[in-house]
Amino acid sequence: MGKLYEELCKDYRVIEGLKTCINCGTCTAICPAAEFYRYDPRRIVDIVQSKDETEIEKLLKSDVIWYCGECMSCVTRCPRKNGPGLVIMALRNLSAKLGYFVCSEKGRQLYPLTKMLTGNILNYGYCIYPETFKWEDHPESGPVWKWHTEHLEESYKRLGANYRGDGPGVLRKIPQESLDELKAIFDVTGATERIETVNRCSEQKAKEMGLTMEEYFDKTFNECSDCHFND
Amino acid sequence: MIYQGKQKIWSEYQKEIPDDHWFYVRSCIRQNFFPASEKMFLEICRNVLGKDFYETEHHTTCGGIAYHCDTIPQETVMTIVARQFALMTEAGYSNYVASCITSFGNYIEILETWKEFPELETRIRELLWKACRREFRKPDYVAHASDLIYKYRNEIAARAKYRLVNRHTGEPLRVVEHIGCHYSKMFPSKGVGGAEYPYVLCGMIESWGGNVIDYPERRHCCGYGFRQYHVKANRGYSISNTHKKFESMEPYQPDMIITNCPGCPYFLDRWQYAISEMEGKTYSKDGYGIPVFTYEEVASLVLGYDPWDIGLQLHQVAVEPLLDKIGIEYDPARKYEGIDRKSLSRPELPGILKCC
Repeated sequence: MGKLYEELCKDYRVIEGLKTCINCGTCTAICPAAEFYRYDPRRIVDIVQSKDETEIEKLLKSDVIWYCGECMSCVTRCPRKNGPGLVIMALRNLSAKLGYFVCSEKGRQLYPLTKMLTGNILNYGYCIYPETFKWEDHPESGPVWKWHTEHLEESYKRLGANYRGDGPGVLRKIPQESLDELKAIFDVTGATERIETVNRCSEQKAKEMGLTMEEYFDKTFNECSDCHFND
Repeated sequence: MIYQGKQKIWSEYQKEIPDDHWFYVRSCIRQNFFPASEKMFLEICRNVLGKDFYETEHHTTCGGIAYHCDTIPQETVMTIVARQFALMTEAGYSNYVASCITSFGNYIEILETWKEFPELETRIRELLWKACRREFRKPDYVAHASDLIYKYRNEIAARAKYRLVNRHTGEPLRVVEHIGCHYSKMFPSKGVGGAEYPYVLCGMIESWGGNVIDYPERRHCCGYGFRQYHVKANRGYSISNTHKKFESMEPYQPDMIITNCPGCPYFLDRWQYAISEMEGKTYSKDGYGIPVFTYEEVASLVLGYDPWDIGLQLHQVAVEPLLDKIGIEYDPARKYEGIDRKSLSRPELPGILKCC
Protein backbone atom coordinates (compact mmCIF):
# COMPACT_ATOMS: atom_id res chain seq x y z
CA MET A 1 0.00 0.00 0.00
CA GLY A 2 1.44 3.38 -1.02
CA LYS A 3 1.82 6.44 1.13
CA LEU A 4 -0.79 8.65 -0.53
CA TYR A 5 -3.48 5.97 -0.39
CA GLU A 6 -2.51 5.28 3.21
CA GLU A 7 -2.87 8.97 4.04
CA LEU A 8 -6.29 9.09 2.36
CA CYS A 9 -7.46 6.09 4.34
CA LYS A 10 -6.81 7.94 7.60
CA ASP A 11 -9.46 10.47 6.60
CA TYR A 12 -12.88 9.70 8.09
CA ARG A 13 -14.50 10.94 4.91
CA VAL A 14 -12.80 8.19 2.91
CA ILE A 15 -13.64 5.56 5.52
CA GLU A 16 -17.29 6.67 5.33
CA GLY A 17 -17.39 7.57 1.64
CA LEU A 18 -15.57 4.74 -0.09
CA LYS A 19 -16.74 1.23 0.57
CA THR A 20 -17.15 -0.81 -2.57
CA CYS A 21 -17.65 1.33 -5.66
CA ILE A 22 -19.06 -0.74 -8.51
CA ASN A 23 -18.32 1.94 -11.08
CA CYS A 24 -21.95 2.25 -12.16
CA GLY A 25 -21.64 6.00 -12.86
CA THR A 26 -24.80 7.04 -11.02
CA CYS A 27 -22.78 9.75 -9.24
CA THR A 28 -21.65 11.19 -12.57
CA ALA A 29 -25.19 11.07 -13.96
CA ILE A 30 -26.60 13.07 -11.03
CA CYS A 31 -23.62 15.43 -10.64
CA PRO A 32 -24.21 19.15 -11.38
CA ALA A 33 -20.45 19.63 -11.87
CA ALA A 34 -20.21 16.82 -14.42
CA GLU A 35 -22.68 18.63 -16.67
CA PHE A 36 -20.59 21.76 -16.64
CA TYR A 37 -16.96 20.69 -16.29
CA ARG A 38 -14.97 17.87 -17.87
CA TYR A 39 -15.54 15.96 -14.71
CA ASP A 40 -16.36 12.37 -13.86
CA PRO A 41 -16.59 11.53 -10.15
CA ARG A 42 -16.94 7.84 -11.02
CA ARG A 43 -13.43 7.94 -12.52
CA ILE A 44 -11.98 9.74 -9.48
CA VAL A 45 -13.39 7.20 -7.03
CA ASP A 46 -12.12 4.41 -9.26
CA ILE A 47 -8.59 5.84 -9.26
CA VAL A 48 -8.60 6.09 -5.47
CA GLN A 49 -9.82 2.54 -4.99
CA SER A 50 -7.21 1.32 -7.52
CA LYS A 51 -4.55 2.39 -4.95
CA ASP A 52 -2.32 3.44 -7.86
CA GLU A 53 0.07 5.93 -6.27
CA THR A 54 1.12 7.57 -9.55
CA GLU A 55 -2.47 8.13 -10.60
CA ILE A 56 -3.47 9.38 -7.15
CA GLU A 57 -0.59 11.87 -7.20
CA LYS A 58 -1.71 13.06 -10.64
CA LEU A 59 -5.21 13.56 -9.22
CA LEU A 60 -3.93 15.57 -6.27
CA LYS A 61 -2.07 17.88 -8.66
CA SER A 62 -4.93 18.17 -11.16
CA ASP A 63 -7.81 20.58 -11.77
CA VAL A 64 -10.43 17.83 -11.67
CA ILE A 65 -10.62 17.39 -7.90
CA TRP A 66 -11.57 21.08 -7.62
CA TYR A 67 -14.61 20.89 -9.94
CA CYS A 68 -17.03 19.41 -7.36
CA GLY A 69 -19.56 21.79 -5.76
CA GLU A 70 -19.93 19.60 -2.64
CA CYS A 71 -23.73 19.55 -3.01
CA MET A 72 -23.58 15.84 -2.04
CA SER A 73 -26.31 14.82 -4.51
CA CYS A 74 -24.11 11.78 -5.23
CA VAL A 75 -24.44 10.60 -1.63
CA THR A 76 -28.22 10.28 -1.94
CA ARG A 77 -28.17 8.35 -5.17
CA CYS A 78 -25.19 5.99 -4.85
CA PRO A 79 -26.66 2.46 -4.83
CA ARG A 80 -23.78 1.22 -2.66
CA LYS A 81 -23.94 4.03 -0.07
CA ASN A 82 -20.63 5.55 -1.08
CA GLY A 83 -20.01 9.27 -0.93
CA PRO A 84 -17.91 10.39 -3.90
CA GLY A 85 -18.24 13.99 -2.65
CA LEU A 86 -16.67 12.94 0.64
CA VAL A 87 -13.78 11.26 -1.20
CA ILE A 88 -13.25 14.51 -3.15
CA MET A 89 -13.11 16.46 0.14
CA ALA A 90 -10.42 14.10 1.44
CA LEU A 91 -8.42 14.44 -1.80
CA ARG A 92 -8.62 18.24 -1.58
CA ASN A 93 -7.56 18.13 2.03
CA LEU A 94 -4.50 16.06 1.17
CA SER A 95 -3.68 18.22 -1.84
CA ALA A 96 -3.75 21.30 0.41
CA LYS A 97 -1.70 19.62 3.13
CA LEU A 98 1.02 18.50 0.69
CA GLY A 99 1.07 21.77 -1.25
CA TYR A 100 0.07 19.97 -4.49
CA PHE A 101 -2.83 22.38 -5.00
CA VAL A 102 -0.54 24.99 -6.61
CA CYS A 103 0.06 22.65 -9.56
CA SER A 104 -3.39 23.37 -11.08
CA GLU A 105 -5.32 26.51 -11.97
CA LYS A 106 -8.39 25.50 -9.94
CA GLY A 107 -6.22 24.30 -7.07
CA ARG A 108 -4.47 27.68 -6.87
CA GLN A 109 -7.86 29.24 -6.08
CA LEU A 110 -7.34 27.91 -2.58
CA TYR A 111 -5.26 31.02 -1.91
CA PRO A 112 -8.02 33.63 -2.39
CA LEU A 113 -10.57 31.33 -0.73
CA THR A 114 -8.39 30.84 2.34
CA LYS A 115 -7.60 34.53 2.57
CA MET A 116 -11.27 35.55 2.32
CA LEU A 117 -12.95 32.89 4.44
CA THR A 118 -10.47 32.29 7.24
CA GLY A 119 -9.90 36.05 7.37
CA ASN A 120 -13.62 36.61 7.89
CA ILE A 121 -13.82 33.93 10.59
CA LEU A 122 -10.84 35.18 12.58
CA ASN A 123 -11.56 38.89 12.18
CA TYR A 124 -15.35 38.91 12.48
CA GLY A 125 -16.57 35.45 13.52
CA TYR A 126 -18.55 34.99 10.27
CA CYS A 127 -17.72 33.19 7.01
CA ILE A 128 -19.36 36.01 5.03
CA TYR A 129 -19.28 39.60 6.22
CA PRO A 130 -20.41 42.90 4.64
CA GLU A 131 -17.00 44.59 4.92
CA THR A 132 -15.43 41.99 2.63
CA PHE A 133 -18.37 41.17 0.30
CA LYS A 134 -17.82 43.99 -2.18
CA TRP A 135 -20.38 44.80 -4.83
CA GLU A 136 -17.51 45.31 -7.31
CA ASP A 137 -16.54 41.65 -6.90
CA HIS A 138 -20.19 40.56 -7.22
CA PRO A 139 -21.84 42.45 -10.08
CA GLU A 140 -24.40 39.62 -10.31
CA SER A 141 -25.79 40.77 -6.97
CA GLY A 142 -27.53 43.42 -9.02
CA PRO A 143 -28.35 47.12 -8.70
CA VAL A 144 -30.43 46.43 -5.60
CA TRP A 145 -27.35 45.18 -3.75
CA LYS A 146 -25.34 48.17 -4.96
CA TRP A 147 -28.08 50.34 -3.44
CA HIS A 148 -27.98 48.31 -0.22
CA THR A 149 -24.19 48.66 0.12
CA GLU A 150 -24.45 52.40 -0.47
CA HIS A 151 -26.88 52.61 2.47
CA LEU A 152 -25.47 49.73 4.45
CA GLU A 153 -26.00 50.87 8.05
CA GLU A 154 -29.39 52.44 7.33
CA SER A 155 -30.63 49.45 5.34
CA TYR A 156 -29.60 46.89 7.97
CA LYS A 157 -31.05 49.00 10.77
CA ARG A 158 -34.34 49.35 8.90
CA LEU A 159 -34.55 45.54 8.76
CA GLY A 160 -33.91 45.00 12.44
CA ALA A 161 -30.25 43.94 12.25
CA ASN A 162 -27.83 44.67 15.09
CA TYR A 163 -25.00 45.40 12.66
CA ARG A 164 -21.73 45.82 14.59
CA GLY A 165 -23.76 46.26 17.77
CA ASP A 166 -23.36 44.70 21.21
CA GLY A 167 -25.58 41.82 22.37
CA PRO A 168 -27.34 39.20 20.23
CA GLY A 169 -28.92 39.72 16.83
CA VAL A 170 -28.24 39.80 13.10
CA LEU A 171 -24.63 40.73 12.22
CA ARG A 172 -23.86 41.64 15.84
CA LYS A 173 -20.29 42.38 16.81
CA ILE A 174 -19.03 39.03 18.06
CA PRO A 175 -17.22 39.67 21.36
CA GLN A 176 -13.41 39.66 21.24
CA GLU A 177 -13.20 36.80 23.74
CA SER A 178 -15.22 34.61 21.37
CA LEU A 179 -12.95 35.57 18.45
CA ASP A 180 -9.97 34.67 20.67
CA GLU A 181 -11.53 31.24 21.22
CA LEU A 182 -11.89 30.75 17.46
CA LYS A 183 -8.20 31.62 17.05
CA ALA A 184 -7.27 29.14 19.78
CA ILE A 185 -9.37 26.47 17.99
CA PHE A 186 -7.55 27.25 14.72
CA ASP A 187 -4.21 26.87 16.52
CA VAL A 188 -4.89 23.49 18.16
CA THR A 189 -6.79 21.83 15.28
CA GLY A 190 -4.42 22.48 12.39
CA ALA A 191 -6.23 25.37 10.69
CA THR A 192 -3.48 27.88 11.46
CA GLU A 193 -0.89 25.45 10.10
CA ARG A 194 -3.08 24.92 7.01
CA ILE A 195 -3.29 28.68 6.38
CA GLU A 196 0.50 28.93 6.69
CA THR A 197 0.98 26.04 4.23
CA VAL A 198 -1.41 27.57 1.70
CA ASN A 199 0.30 30.96 2.03
CA ARG A 200 3.83 29.56 1.81
CA CYS A 201 3.13 27.39 -1.25
CA SER A 202 1.19 30.19 -2.94
CA GLU A 203 4.03 32.65 -2.36
CA GLN A 204 6.48 30.22 -3.94
CA LYS A 205 4.17 29.71 -6.90
CA ALA A 206 3.62 33.43 -7.34
CA LYS A 207 7.39 33.92 -7.39
CA GLU A 208 7.74 31.21 -10.06
CA MET A 209 5.05 32.96 -12.11
CA GLY A 210 6.73 36.35 -11.66
CA LEU A 211 3.72 37.81 -9.83
CA THR A 212 3.32 39.88 -6.68
CA MET A 213 0.86 38.39 -4.17
CA GLU A 214 -1.73 41.00 -5.14
CA GLU A 215 -1.38 40.03 -8.80
CA TYR A 216 -1.51 36.34 -7.85
CA PHE A 217 -4.73 36.91 -5.88
CA ASP A 218 -6.30 38.75 -8.82
CA LYS A 219 -5.24 36.09 -11.30
CA THR A 220 -6.45 33.14 -9.23
CA PHE A 221 -9.71 34.88 -8.29
CA ASN A 222 -10.62 36.16 -11.74
CA GLU A 223 -9.05 34.10 -14.51
CA CYS A 224 -10.53 30.96 -16.01
CA SER A 225 -9.08 28.96 -18.91
CA ASP A 226 -11.31 27.38 -21.55
CA CYS A 227 -9.93 23.88 -20.98
CA HIS A 228 -12.22 23.07 -18.04
CA PHE A 229 -15.58 22.97 -19.77
CA ASN A 230 -17.65 20.36 -21.52
CA ASP A 231 -18.20 21.02 -25.22
CA MET B 1 -54.08 3.55 7.77
CA ILE B 2 -52.27 1.94 4.81
CA TYR B 3 -49.89 4.36 3.13
CA GLN B 4 -48.85 3.91 -0.49
CA GLY B 5 -46.45 5.59 -2.92
CA LYS B 6 -45.20 9.01 -1.82
CA GLN B 7 -47.37 8.88 1.30
CA LYS B 8 -45.56 5.71 2.34
CA ILE B 9 -42.15 7.27 1.80
CA TRP B 10 -43.19 10.42 3.66
CA SER B 11 -44.50 8.41 6.59
CA GLU B 12 -41.06 6.80 6.90
CA TYR B 13 -39.35 10.17 7.06
CA GLN B 14 -41.46 12.02 9.57
CA LYS B 15 -39.57 13.71 12.39
CA GLU B 16 -40.77 14.04 15.96
CA ILE B 17 -39.85 17.70 16.36
CA PRO B 18 -39.93 19.04 19.94
CA ASP B 19 -42.46 21.83 20.37
CA ASP B 20 -40.57 24.34 22.50
CA HIS B 21 -37.35 25.52 24.21
CA TRP B 22 -34.72 25.98 21.53
CA PHE B 23 -31.15 27.22 21.38
CA TYR B 24 -30.97 29.28 18.17
CA VAL B 25 -27.89 29.78 15.99
CA ARG B 26 -27.75 32.11 13.00
CA SER B 27 -26.59 31.77 9.39
CA CYS B 28 -23.66 33.72 7.92
CA ILE B 29 -25.28 34.10 4.50
CA ARG B 30 -28.76 34.87 5.74
CA GLN B 31 -27.57 37.57 8.13
CA ASN B 32 -25.94 39.31 5.17
CA PHE B 33 -28.60 38.82 2.50
CA PHE B 34 -31.88 38.09 4.32
CA PRO B 35 -31.42 39.82 7.68
CA ALA B 36 -35.14 40.31 8.22
CA SER B 37 -35.89 36.61 7.70
CA GLU B 38 -34.03 35.71 10.89
CA LYS B 39 -35.69 38.64 12.67
CA MET B 40 -39.09 37.35 11.53
CA PHE B 41 -38.32 33.77 12.55
CA LEU B 42 -37.80 34.87 16.14
CA GLU B 43 -40.71 37.34 15.96
CA ILE B 44 -43.12 34.59 14.83
CA CYS B 45 -41.82 31.90 17.19
CA ARG B 46 -41.48 34.11 20.26
CA ASN B 47 -44.07 36.82 19.92
CA VAL B 48 -46.80 35.29 17.75
CA LEU B 49 -46.63 31.69 19.01
CA GLY B 50 -45.18 32.31 22.48
CA LYS B 51 -42.31 29.83 22.22
CA ASP B 52 -38.94 29.95 24.01
CA PHE B 53 -35.99 30.59 21.68
CA TYR B 54 -32.66 31.56 23.23
CA GLU B 55 -29.73 33.23 21.46
CA THR B 56 -26.30 34.22 22.74
CA GLU B 57 -24.06 36.84 21.14
CA HIS B 58 -21.11 34.50 21.74
CA HIS B 59 -22.10 32.01 19.08
CA THR B 60 -20.18 32.32 15.83
CA THR B 61 -20.09 30.88 12.36
CA CYS B 62 -20.09 27.08 12.38
CA GLY B 63 -17.30 27.30 9.80
CA GLY B 64 -19.35 25.28 7.31
CA ILE B 65 -18.68 27.45 4.26
CA ALA B 66 -14.94 27.55 4.98
CA TYR B 67 -15.03 23.77 5.44
CA HIS B 68 -16.89 23.15 2.19
CA CYS B 69 -14.49 25.54 0.41
CA ASP B 70 -11.77 23.21 1.75
CA THR B 71 -9.94 25.95 3.62
CA ILE B 72 -10.08 24.43 7.12
CA PRO B 73 -9.52 20.84 8.28
CA GLN B 74 -12.33 18.62 9.50
CA GLU B 75 -11.11 18.74 13.10
CA THR B 76 -11.35 22.54 13.05
CA VAL B 77 -14.98 22.63 11.95
CA MET B 78 -15.82 19.90 14.46
CA THR B 79 -14.26 21.87 17.31
CA ILE B 80 -16.05 25.08 16.33
CA VAL B 81 -19.30 23.09 16.38
CA ALA B 82 -18.35 21.53 19.73
CA ARG B 83 -17.96 25.08 21.09
CA GLN B 84 -21.46 25.95 19.86
CA PHE B 85 -22.78 22.85 21.68
CA ALA B 86 -20.92 23.99 24.81
CA LEU B 87 -22.72 27.36 24.64
CA MET B 88 -26.03 25.49 24.39
CA THR B 89 -25.12 23.28 27.35
CA GLU B 90 -24.07 26.28 29.46
CA ALA B 91 -27.36 28.04 28.65
CA GLY B 92 -29.32 25.01 29.88
CA TYR B 93 -30.84 23.95 26.55
CA SER B 94 -30.86 20.59 24.77
CA ASN B 95 -32.82 21.38 21.57
CA TYR B 96 -30.61 23.02 18.96
CA VAL B 97 -31.98 24.85 15.90
CA ALA B 98 -29.88 26.20 13.05
CA SER B 99 -30.96 28.94 10.67
CA CYS B 100 -28.57 27.68 7.99
CA ILE B 101 -28.83 24.52 5.88
CA THR B 102 -25.06 24.22 5.48
CA SER B 103 -24.80 24.40 9.27
CA PHE B 104 -27.65 21.92 9.73
CA GLY B 105 -25.92 19.44 7.40
CA ASN B 106 -22.66 20.12 9.17
CA TYR B 107 -24.11 19.44 12.64
CA ILE B 108 -25.79 16.24 11.48
CA GLU B 109 -22.67 15.02 9.66
CA ILE B 110 -20.53 15.67 12.74
CA LEU B 111 -22.91 13.98 15.18
CA GLU B 112 -23.28 10.96 12.89
CA THR B 113 -19.50 10.74 12.41
CA TRP B 114 -18.98 10.84 16.18
CA LYS B 115 -21.56 8.09 16.54
CA GLU B 116 -19.54 5.91 14.11
CA PHE B 117 -16.15 6.92 15.52
CA PRO B 118 -16.43 7.69 19.25
CA GLU B 119 -12.65 8.12 19.49
CA LEU B 120 -12.97 11.16 17.25
CA GLU B 121 -15.57 12.72 19.56
CA THR B 122 -13.19 12.13 22.47
CA ARG B 123 -10.39 13.87 20.58
CA ILE B 124 -12.61 16.85 19.72
CA ARG B 125 -13.61 17.15 23.39
CA GLU B 126 -9.91 17.27 24.27
CA LEU B 127 -9.21 19.89 21.60
CA LEU B 128 -12.13 22.05 22.76
CA TRP B 129 -10.93 21.88 26.34
CA LYS B 130 -7.39 22.75 25.28
CA ALA B 131 -8.52 25.72 23.19
CA CYS B 132 -11.47 27.08 25.18
CA ARG B 133 -11.71 25.27 28.52
CA ARG B 134 -15.27 24.30 27.64
CA GLU B 135 -17.25 21.05 27.84
CA PHE B 136 -20.49 20.09 26.17
CA ARG B 137 -23.45 17.75 26.02
CA LYS B 138 -24.61 16.73 22.60
CA PRO B 139 -28.05 18.10 21.70
CA ASP B 140 -31.05 15.83 22.25
CA TYR B 141 -32.44 17.18 19.00
CA VAL B 142 -31.03 19.17 16.07
CA ALA B 143 -33.53 20.92 13.81
CA HIS B 144 -33.34 23.26 10.88
CA ALA B 145 -35.36 26.44 11.37
CA SER B 146 -37.67 25.43 8.49
CA ASP B 147 -38.56 22.29 10.48
CA LEU B 148 -39.99 24.56 13.16
CA ILE B 149 -42.03 26.69 10.76
CA TYR B 150 -43.24 23.41 9.23
CA LYS B 151 -44.24 22.21 12.69
CA TYR B 152 -46.04 25.48 13.42
CA ARG B 153 -47.54 25.79 9.91
CA ASN B 154 -51.13 25.15 10.93
CA GLU B 155 -50.90 27.55 13.88
CA ILE B 156 -49.65 30.16 11.41
CA ALA B 157 -52.46 29.28 9.00
CA ALA B 158 -54.99 29.74 11.81
CA ARG B 159 -53.72 33.31 12.31
CA ALA B 160 -53.27 34.09 8.59
CA LYS B 161 -54.51 37.36 7.12
CA TYR B 162 -53.78 36.21 3.58
CA ARG B 163 -53.63 32.87 1.77
CA LEU B 164 -51.50 31.77 -1.18
CA VAL B 165 -54.45 32.18 -3.50
CA ASN B 166 -54.92 34.34 -6.61
CA ARG B 167 -57.57 36.81 -5.48
CA HIS B 168 -58.67 37.45 -9.07
CA THR B 169 -59.35 33.81 -9.96
CA GLY B 170 -59.71 32.17 -6.56
CA GLU B 171 -57.18 29.56 -7.69
CA PRO B 172 -54.30 28.40 -5.46
CA LEU B 173 -50.96 29.97 -6.40
CA ARG B 174 -48.56 27.73 -8.30
CA VAL B 175 -45.56 27.39 -6.03
CA VAL B 176 -42.13 25.90 -6.68
CA GLU B 177 -40.36 24.65 -3.58
CA HIS B 178 -36.58 24.41 -3.51
CA ILE B 179 -34.81 22.51 -0.74
CA GLY B 180 -31.17 23.21 0.13
CA CYS B 181 -29.01 20.22 -0.80
CA HIS B 182 -27.50 19.76 2.66
CA TYR B 183 -30.93 19.57 4.30
CA SER B 184 -31.37 15.86 3.59
CA LYS B 185 -29.26 14.68 0.65
CA MET B 186 -26.53 13.39 2.97
CA PHE B 187 -28.77 12.04 5.75
CA PRO B 188 -32.29 11.58 4.33
CA SER B 189 -33.79 10.43 7.62
CA LYS B 190 -32.92 13.79 9.20
CA GLY B 191 -35.17 15.80 6.88
CA VAL B 192 -38.97 15.95 6.93
CA GLY B 193 -39.95 13.70 4.00
CA GLY B 194 -36.39 12.52 3.27
CA ALA B 195 -34.29 13.48 0.26
CA GLU B 196 -36.43 12.41 -2.68
CA TYR B 197 -39.77 13.80 -1.48
CA PRO B 198 -38.91 16.37 1.18
CA TYR B 199 -42.14 17.67 2.63
CA VAL B 200 -40.90 20.48 4.83
CA LEU B 201 -41.82 23.28 2.39
CA CYS B 202 -44.69 21.41 0.68
CA GLY B 203 -46.41 21.23 4.07
CA MET B 204 -46.21 24.99 4.49
CA ILE B 205 -47.43 25.68 0.94
CA GLU B 206 -50.41 23.36 1.30
CA SER B 207 -51.28 24.66 4.75
CA TRP B 208 -51.24 28.25 3.52
CA GLY B 209 -53.41 27.61 0.45
CA GLY B 210 -50.96 27.13 -2.45
CA ASN B 211 -50.39 24.29 -4.91
CA VAL B 212 -46.96 22.67 -5.16
CA ILE B 213 -45.55 22.37 -8.68
CA ASP B 214 -43.57 19.31 -9.66
CA TYR B 215 -41.02 19.78 -12.46
CA PRO B 216 -38.14 17.68 -13.84
CA GLU B 217 -35.19 19.44 -12.16
CA ARG B 218 -36.92 19.96 -8.82
CA ARG B 219 -34.11 18.33 -6.84
CA HIS B 220 -31.22 19.84 -8.82
CA CYS B 221 -28.81 22.02 -6.83
CA CYS B 222 -29.29 25.80 -7.14
CA GLY B 223 -25.65 25.96 -8.22
CA TYR B 224 -24.03 27.53 -5.18
CA GLY B 225 -21.21 24.98 -5.12
CA PHE B 226 -19.25 26.88 -2.42
CA ARG B 227 -15.92 27.58 -4.23
CA GLN B 228 -17.90 27.58 -7.48
CA TYR B 229 -19.49 30.85 -6.38
CA HIS B 230 -17.01 32.44 -4.00
CA VAL B 231 -14.30 32.52 -6.68
CA LYS B 232 -15.35 34.87 -9.44
CA ALA B 233 -13.69 32.74 -12.12
CA ASN B 234 -16.00 29.81 -11.29
CA ARG B 235 -19.38 31.52 -11.30
CA GLY B 236 -20.31 30.09 -14.70
CA TYR B 237 -20.94 26.82 -12.82
CA SER B 238 -23.33 28.55 -10.49
CA ILE B 239 -25.41 30.42 -13.09
CA SER B 240 -25.50 27.37 -15.40
CA ASN B 241 -27.16 25.25 -12.73
CA THR B 242 -29.70 27.95 -11.88
CA HIS B 243 -30.37 28.36 -15.62
CA LYS B 244 -31.05 24.62 -15.90
CA LYS B 245 -33.61 24.81 -13.11
CA PHE B 246 -35.41 27.82 -14.57
CA GLU B 247 -35.56 26.31 -18.05
CA SER B 248 -37.08 23.21 -16.45
CA MET B 249 -39.69 25.03 -14.35
CA GLU B 250 -40.64 27.67 -16.95
CA PRO B 251 -43.32 25.60 -18.77
CA TYR B 252 -45.19 25.15 -15.46
CA GLN B 253 -45.54 28.94 -15.06
CA PRO B 254 -44.88 29.23 -11.32
CA ASP B 255 -46.21 32.26 -9.46
CA MET B 256 -43.44 32.10 -6.87
CA ILE B 257 -40.57 30.07 -5.44
CA ILE B 258 -40.09 29.26 -1.75
CA THR B 259 -36.75 28.00 -0.40
CA ASN B 260 -35.27 26.85 2.90
CA CYS B 261 -31.57 27.38 2.24
CA PRO B 262 -29.51 30.53 2.85
CA GLY B 263 -27.87 30.67 -0.58
CA CYS B 264 -30.64 29.31 -2.80
CA PRO B 265 -33.00 32.31 -2.63
CA TYR B 266 -30.08 34.64 -3.33
CA PHE B 267 -28.89 32.64 -6.34
CA LEU B 268 -32.36 31.93 -7.76
CA ASP B 269 -33.14 35.65 -7.45
CA ARG B 270 -29.87 37.18 -8.64
CA TRP B 271 -29.11 34.77 -11.44
CA GLN B 272 -32.53 35.62 -12.95
CA TYR B 273 -31.22 39.18 -13.17
CA ALA B 274 -27.88 38.03 -14.66
CA ILE B 275 -29.60 35.70 -17.17
CA SER B 276 -31.85 38.56 -18.26
CA GLU B 277 -28.83 40.82 -18.78
CA MET B 278 -26.87 38.11 -20.63
CA GLU B 279 -29.61 36.56 -22.76
CA GLY B 280 -32.46 39.05 -22.64
CA LYS B 281 -34.69 36.37 -21.13
CA THR B 282 -37.04 36.53 -18.17
CA TYR B 283 -39.01 33.62 -16.77
CA SER B 284 -42.47 35.15 -16.52
CA LYS B 285 -44.76 36.36 -19.25
CA ASP B 286 -44.96 39.85 -17.75
CA GLY B 287 -41.17 40.30 -17.79
CA TYR B 288 -40.80 40.66 -14.01
CA GLY B 289 -39.35 37.18 -13.43
CA ILE B 290 -40.39 34.68 -10.77
CA PRO B 291 -40.15 36.07 -7.23
CA VAL B 292 -38.15 33.96 -4.77
CA PHE B 293 -38.82 33.90 -1.02
CA THR B 294 -37.50 32.44 2.18
CA TYR B 295 -40.04 30.45 4.20
CA GLU B 296 -40.03 33.13 6.92
CA GLU B 297 -40.86 35.78 4.33
CA VAL B 298 -43.84 33.76 3.12
CA ALA B 299 -44.98 33.03 6.69
CA SER B 300 -44.70 36.76 7.46
CA LEU B 301 -46.67 37.71 4.37
CA VAL B 302 -49.55 35.37 5.17
CA LEU B 303 -49.55 36.70 8.74
CA GLY B 304 -49.96 40.22 7.36
CA TYR B 305 -46.59 41.86 8.09
CA ASP B 306 -45.57 44.85 5.95
CA PRO B 307 -43.52 43.57 2.97
CA TRP B 308 -40.90 46.28 3.53
CA ASP B 309 -40.51 45.39 7.22
CA ILE B 310 -39.62 41.81 6.26
CA GLY B 311 -36.93 42.82 3.77
CA LEU B 312 -38.54 42.18 0.38
CA GLN B 313 -36.92 45.37 -0.95
CA LEU B 314 -33.58 43.49 -0.97
CA HIS B 315 -34.82 41.14 -3.69
CA GLN B 316 -33.74 41.92 -7.24
CA VAL B 317 -36.85 40.27 -8.75
CA ALA B 318 -39.81 42.52 -7.96
CA VAL B 319 -42.31 41.08 -5.51
CA GLU B 320 -45.12 43.57 -6.18
CA PRO B 321 -46.87 41.57 -8.96
CA LEU B 322 -47.22 38.65 -6.54
CA LEU B 323 -48.37 40.90 -3.68
CA ASP B 324 -51.04 42.30 -6.02
CA LYS B 325 -52.06 38.78 -7.05
CA ILE B 326 -52.63 37.79 -3.41
CA GLY B 327 -54.10 41.17 -2.49
CA ILE B 328 -51.45 42.10 0.09
CA GLU B 329 -51.49 45.79 0.93
CA TYR B 330 -48.27 47.80 0.70
CA ASP B 331 -47.11 51.36 0.24
CA PRO B 332 -44.78 51.64 -2.80
CA ALA B 333 -43.36 54.89 -1.44
CA ARG B 334 -42.00 53.12 1.65
CA LYS B 335 -40.01 50.47 -0.21
CA TYR B 336 -36.64 52.21 -0.17
CA GLU B 337 -36.91 54.10 3.08
CA GLY B 338 -34.42 54.00 5.95
CA ILE B 339 -35.09 54.48 9.65
CA ASP B 340 -37.83 56.94 10.70
CA ARG B 341 -39.11 57.11 7.14
CA LYS B 342 -35.87 58.72 5.95
CA SER B 343 -35.95 58.77 2.17
CA LEU B 344 -33.03 56.96 0.52
CA SER B 345 -32.19 57.06 -3.17
CA ARG B 346 -33.70 54.34 -5.37
CA PRO B 347 -31.61 51.53 -6.93
CA GLU B 348 -30.75 51.77 -10.61
CA LEU B 349 -33.05 49.76 -12.87
CA PRO B 350 -31.85 46.56 -14.54
CA GLY B 351 -31.55 46.61 -18.32
CA ILE B 352 -34.13 43.90 -19.07
CA LEU B 353 -35.81 42.60 -15.93
CA LYS B 354 -38.83 44.78 -15.15
CA CYS B 355 -38.94 46.35 -11.69
CA CYS B 356 -41.57 48.30 -9.78
